[in-house]
Amino acid sequence: MGSNSSRRHDAIIVGAGHNGLVAACYLARAGLDVLVLERNTYVGGAAVSRQLYENFTYSNCSYVCSLLRTEIIRGLELPRFGLQIIPYEGGCTMMRNGDHLALYDNHDALRREIARHSKRDAEAYERYLRDMLRQCRFIKPLLLREPPDPTSFKPRDIMELLHLGKHFHGLGEERMYDTLRFWTMSCADFLDEYFESEIVKAHLAGSSIIGTALGPRSPGTAYVLLHHYMGSIDGTVGAWGFARGGMGAVTKALAASFEASGGTIRSGAPVNQVLVHNGRAIGVVLDGGEEIHAPVVVSNLDVRRTFLETMDTKDLPPDFVEQVRNFKIRGSSGKLNIALDGLPRFPAIPQGSPSTRGDMHVTDTMEMLERAYDDWKEGRWSRAPYIDMLIPSQIDPTMAPDGKHYMSVFVQYCPYRLAAGEWNAERRQAFGKTVIDTIAAHSPNFKDLILHAEIRTPWDIENEVGLTEGNIFQGELTFDQLLFNRPIPGYAQYRAPVRGMYLCGSSTHPGGGVMGAPGANAASAILRDLRKTQ
Amino acid sequence: MLSESEPHFRQPLLKTPFHERARAVSQVDSFIPWAGYTTVDVFTTVEQEYFAIRNATTLYDLTPMVKYRIAGPGAMRYLNRLMTRDIAKLKPGRVAYGVWCNDGGHLIDDGTVFRLGETEYRLCTGERQLDWLLDSAVGFEVEISEVTQEIAALAVQGPTSCALLKTFGLAGVERLKPFELAHFLPPPSLGVAAIMVSRTGFTGDLGYELWMRPADAEAIWDGLMEAGHTRGIRPIGSRALNIARIEAGFLLPNFDFVSSERTLRLGTERSPLELGLGWLVDFQKGHFTGRRALLEEERRGPRRRLVGLDIEGTKPAHNALLYSDNSGKRQVGSVASATWSPTCKRNIALAMMDAPHIEPGLTVWAEIYLNRELVWERRMAQAKLVPRPFFTPERRRLTPPADC
Amino acid sequence: MTMAGAFPKNSKYDCIVIGGGHNGLVCATYLARSGRSVLVVEAADRVGGAAVTREFSPGFRVSACAHLLHLMPESVVRELRLGAHGLRLVADGMPTTALSGDGAPLRIDPGNPSALAERSSADAAAYPVYDARLRRLALALQPAFDTPPPRLGTSSWGDRLALLRLGWRIRRLGRGDMRELLRIGGMCVQDLLDEHFENPLLKGALGFDAVLGANAGPRSPGSVLTLLYRMAAAGAAGSSLAQPAGGLGALSDALAEAAIDAGAVIRTSAIVDRILVREDRAAGVVLQSGEQLTAASVVSNADPKTTFLRLLGTEYLDTGFVRRIVHLRARGLAAKLHLALDRPPRFTGLNEAALQGRLLLAPSLEYVERAFNHAKYSEFSAAPILEITVPTVADSSLSPAGKHVLSAVVQYVPYRSAAAGWEQEKERFTNLLVDTLESHAPGLRESIHAAELLTPVDIEREFRISGGHWHHAELALDQFMMVRPVPGAAQYRTPVDGLFLCGAGSHPGGGVMGVAGRNAARQILNGATHASHRRGRKTTPRTDAERATPANEQAA
Repeated sequence: MGSNSSRRHDAIIVGAGHNGLVAACYLARAGLDVLVLERNTYVGGAAVSRQLYENFTYSNCSYVCSLLRTEIIRGLELPRFGLQIIPYEGGCTMMRNGDHLALYDNHDALRREIARHSKRDAEAYERYLRDMLRQCRFIKPLLLREPPDPTSFKPRDIMELLHLGKHFHGLGEERMYDTLRFWTMSCADFLDEYFESEIVKAHLAGSSIIGTALGPRSPGTAYVLLHHYMGSIDGTVGAWGFARGGMGAVTKALAASFEASGGTIRSGAPVNQVLVHNGRAIGVVLDGGEEIHAPVVVSNLDVRRTFLETMDTKDLPPDFVEQVRNFKIRGSSGKLNIALDGLPRFPAIPQGSPSTRGDMHVTDTMEMLERAYDDWKEGRWSRAPYIDMLIPSQIDPTMAPDGKHYMSVFVQYCPYRLAAGEWNAERRQAFGKTVIDTIAAHSPNFKDLILHAEIRTPWDIENEVGLTEGNIFQGELTFDQLLFNRPIPGYAQYRAPVRGMYLCGSSTHPGGGVMGAPGANAASAILRDLRKTQ
Repeated sequence: MLSESEPHFRQPLLKTPFHERARAVSQVDSFIPWAGYTTVDVFTTVEQEYFAIRNATTLYDLTPMVKYRIAGPGAMRYLNRLMTRDIAKLKPGRVAYGVWCNDGGHLIDDGTVFRLGETEYRLCTGERQLDWLLDSAVGFEVEISEVTQEIAALAVQGPTSCALLKTFGLAGVERLKPFELAHFLPPPSLGVAAIMVSRTGFTGDLGYELWMRPADAEAIWDGLMEAGHTRGIRPIGSRALNIARIEAGFLLPNFDFVSSERTLRLGTERSPLELGLGWLVDFQKGHFTGRRALLEEERRGPRRRLVGLDIEGTKPAHNALLYSDNSGKRQVGSVASATWSPTCKRNIALAMMDAPHIEPGLTVWAEIYLNRELVWERRMAQAKLVPRPFFTPERRRLTPPADC
Repeated sequence: MTMAGAFPKNSKYDCIVIGGGHNGLVCATYLARSGRSVLVVEAADRVGGAAVTREFSPGFRVSACAHLLHLMPESVVRELRLGAHGLRLVADGMPTTALSGDGAPLRIDPGNPSALAERSSADAAAYPVYDARLRRLALALQPAFDTPPPRLGTSSWGDRLALLRLGWRIRRLGRGDMRELLRIGGMCVQDLLDEHFENPLLKGALGFDAVLGANAGPRSPGSVLTLLYRMAAAGAAGSSLAQPAGGLGALSDALAEAAIDAGAVIRTSAIVDRILVREDRAAGVVLQSGEQLTAASVVSNADPKTTFLRLLGTEYLDTGFVRRIVHLRARGLAAKLHLALDRPPRFTGLNEAALQGRLLLAPSLEYVERAFNHAKYSEFSAAPILEITVPTVADSSLSPAGKHVLSAVVQYVPYRSAAAGWEQEKERFTNLLVDTLESHAPGLRESIHAAELLTPVDIEREFRISGGHWHHAELALDQFMMVRPVPGAAQYRTPVDGLFLCGAGSHPGGGVMGVAGRNAARQILNGATHASHRRGRKTTPRTDAERATPANEQAA
């Protein structure tokens, strides 16, 4: 391979994760010649379906779908390219005392179920939902907008700030205070304002810690809770669902949509360096030395990888590099993918209850959640971890052979760096055992059904997917890293300090989850810049 | 008697103690959910059931009404702080209709308060709100518990209802004045406990509500049907009742207003002043939740107002937008509840109007969509502001009622 | 007991201040200076609230809660002429020394990082820069402390201007500092310190100030805010730690002098049973003795929960407001240890001079975080963190000759109602504290003459602070500025006309600052002018006449 480029493109996207593909789609649809480069031999980043054991399909990183913006699904015609999203039918937390809390779709069943634990909470749940929906209504219009730079005097920033102010003002006095408090509260304090029953709080609080290196008592986690609520399926806000065929179906549809618009994807093409010349990005060099040129380079990698590993820091302002180093990306989650010979029994769940056809948990108090976090702080995986366990094959027949099941187990907390030393095969097995034992405590036949288990620590996720520390959000969702602070104050508008270079991953506003908003926002920033230069 | 053989995830709705009886006489198998129960929407035809309300006697299963027991030395002070009305004036043995608001003076719900004793009350509401009721109890010596499942209730309404209840064996029921309650022992042959009877109802007609143990429900239903079979007694569903309540000008939550504890949007909450319930707001009695906001609203005048409309034509103006003239350019309000009134022979509606447009005798235009064999037409119908209630017969108030 | 000569029996006052804590006294003084007749009713037999010097063992006296003075703005001290009223500092510019678990203690001083340089030259270089930047940010926030927080979403130009002013001040910091403020404002102090420093002892000591008095650990987001808050307050106060002669009680005495001098009347041992409400207006107070005192305005220095739930009563409030008050987080986690010592404590590696300052036992952020872990589960910290002073080094009047007092703020001690077993638990914990101290100051245990531990429950009981929280309400982002203590009462006014708040539960918050008291007084005086304009009528002629007398005007 020579140093000359094979072909010149209008834009290169580094990384074929869902955000990279979303950005690629929008750019291609705007008429640009777009090349997507993917390190792995398959596309999808962390939204993939993989066959790692016989005829089982694993959503082996991200495992559920809700946040993907409807505007993107429609705009990129993803259903036409095969995407189908099927909602959960329930959810539950199994308790140590043999009881359980189930969440049902049916309003009356749900009320009666919560009332079994607390009559008051059954009705407070309505108020809780109301307030979550009010917050969702507030935040949703902000997701697909570029966050303004509050220090800037540019007309666009001032207009956007005014828009933000007006939007906030539109809440009315009382709800402005509620919103202010909501954004700064801990999930535990927030839930305490509604519920008295420990199990109700523990069940709901799970969403406030998924993917974050914080406990439910840490201020800011009420927002993380919202982050998991602001999705919707067919207009049902907060609903979660399965992508038929696993999460790879999302990126497969994106890739198909992209290619239908004339885009090119090259997998197995790891980018080694972003080429910078005279202070602007001009293309990339692959690991093998091949150079590909384009006036626009868009990185779907997280901000640390992008700037510290694929760029020469000499091309960047020193302050900026310092800030990139300080950007917090913390590995806190693990994942098990398990092939099962049959459906496990869960004695706590009554026969016929649909509550196993959704997310299942076993953490029944807030204290348990918080103590799980304390373990992480000490550099060990939680001895009693929070697990978000799903058996998608109950609903999606494509995931496992008939009669057999695929189980996805998301685990919080699991550190990237162990106090005891480096991750190795033995420690990985021990981590897996902790999780399997945790499940087996609620399912007597669980262990006997296991045909194969893939155990993924943050270290594995980093190495396979390329997410720093295996952080699923490409960076903590804390105040200092949200909105105009995400990823770096002054660089929250998808543009890097180097002209022609952009970010489109979850490190940027509005953050992680299979949402696609960063990709879409990045694309519109790029297109706006291109219009300006023309 | 409560059928809970099936777990709630298989059968989310409860059955009332009258369910088996209702199912037996239901001809069209039309059930709807109401406050967690399955209840009858229509038994036979809406028309037949409606005319029985205005002409004979009807039975309506009220069990799903959410009932709270509020008791303790602080019960009266508690209710007075909760509700906009002066509950201190409510004597034992009396019932009062009232509303309660949030801090902003916006309606949470309406309901009836029964004073059962010196320090014991029952609050009947359309929606569950233990959360609000308990949060309101901070600082009061009062106990609050939901007793919906412990009490079965049946509305006996219609011009012959008093006579029927006498025939049934409730001697002295004719002496009950409107909004009075008393306890009666039904005939011993039924083998039931004493029941509470209140002269209250949602039809705007002569009528009573019977409150009983769930175990006695079927026997009382049977006894009433037996006593009334010569008087054209008829069980009715919610559809027929809805016509009657619009005629009577009564409000229905989620139709005429949305509880301010449930609204998501700004500006969709309603105040009692806007809903024409200013007469229920007593600014003199001392503090109650929402008082300061309502005082402020009274000072500046409500922004909108619920009005009665008499609309030309016979097609009910469901969900119609209202305009100041027939060009349909300037919207001045919208219809909340609408029906053809078979008794008044008028096309009536309850509508929310922007306050500046309200003056007596005003005419507005309602945008009505007509389905003519699947060909839709838009019609601008003239609508006159008229006083509410649309129908309020003298027999509603007469004690003893005429035929008793 | 009445601390002013002429106490007019059963007369009507313009203002009654409930509680003679420092904020109540400051508020009373400003009100009295405007010409109003002001009565302060204090439940205890002396003024000061939690800022008192009390005898905990015969001959041994100590400041009960806060033991250092460094947050009260110079302007308050000057305006109230506290010097003239007897306030004297026996120590000023007190140094901070971090006690180490194993090595030598470290003197923390941004002006003189040489001690630090021995451990880390990078830290020594970074510290002055870090300190200067945080001070700049804190100073930008500080002016916002001196005015009532604006309401949001109103059409009032005053509110809008206040917001614009705050925005302008932040903007004026310049782009770099502004971005940094917006970034770190909600951050956790551990992240901030990890970005700047490497030495654990330094980080532990700097992190300590962020979590002092808070229900937070170094990893709790928002802990930078508490640090900035302290720095902002300290900035206005001239930013050095000081110790008043006679302890913090002497400050309260000076404040009381100032109040009396301004014409206020102070009654101690006067326990308020409830606030009197007439025609939906606060009209005075009823004492537990049954005595009724009427006033046009009632100002409560009590914490918000006590004020609204106990003294006023929920029947005068809306349910939604009560909901907010009930959920106000106000459980203290700071306790106070007092030791009467036969001889000065001898801390390993420290000379006598270091004892003039404060000693911090928070050897690393991880140590502090572990101490906080327990608090989350209502447990006593297994290895608590301490702020230690030996006030008798500078002020021998606090103990018998040659003897000493050790005063330590201890975290984390959970608020837990005094259930069975509580006393043993407390004793066990006191022993643990003494052991901890002993390991840093060998021989201390045998010099202990008497010991006292004030837990949040004791603080609640003794100082009538619901939850025993020094700040009356947790100082956190969701209880800050316009949402402190709760929306609807964040501008010192309450839903009930004529009832005001002036305590630490209000903006800007706790610490011996007096700013809440001053802001409340200004708001009341302001409101009076507003009200008379709005209603188109004058306030009572008597007040008007008094306001006209210039004799009460003080030069600010």
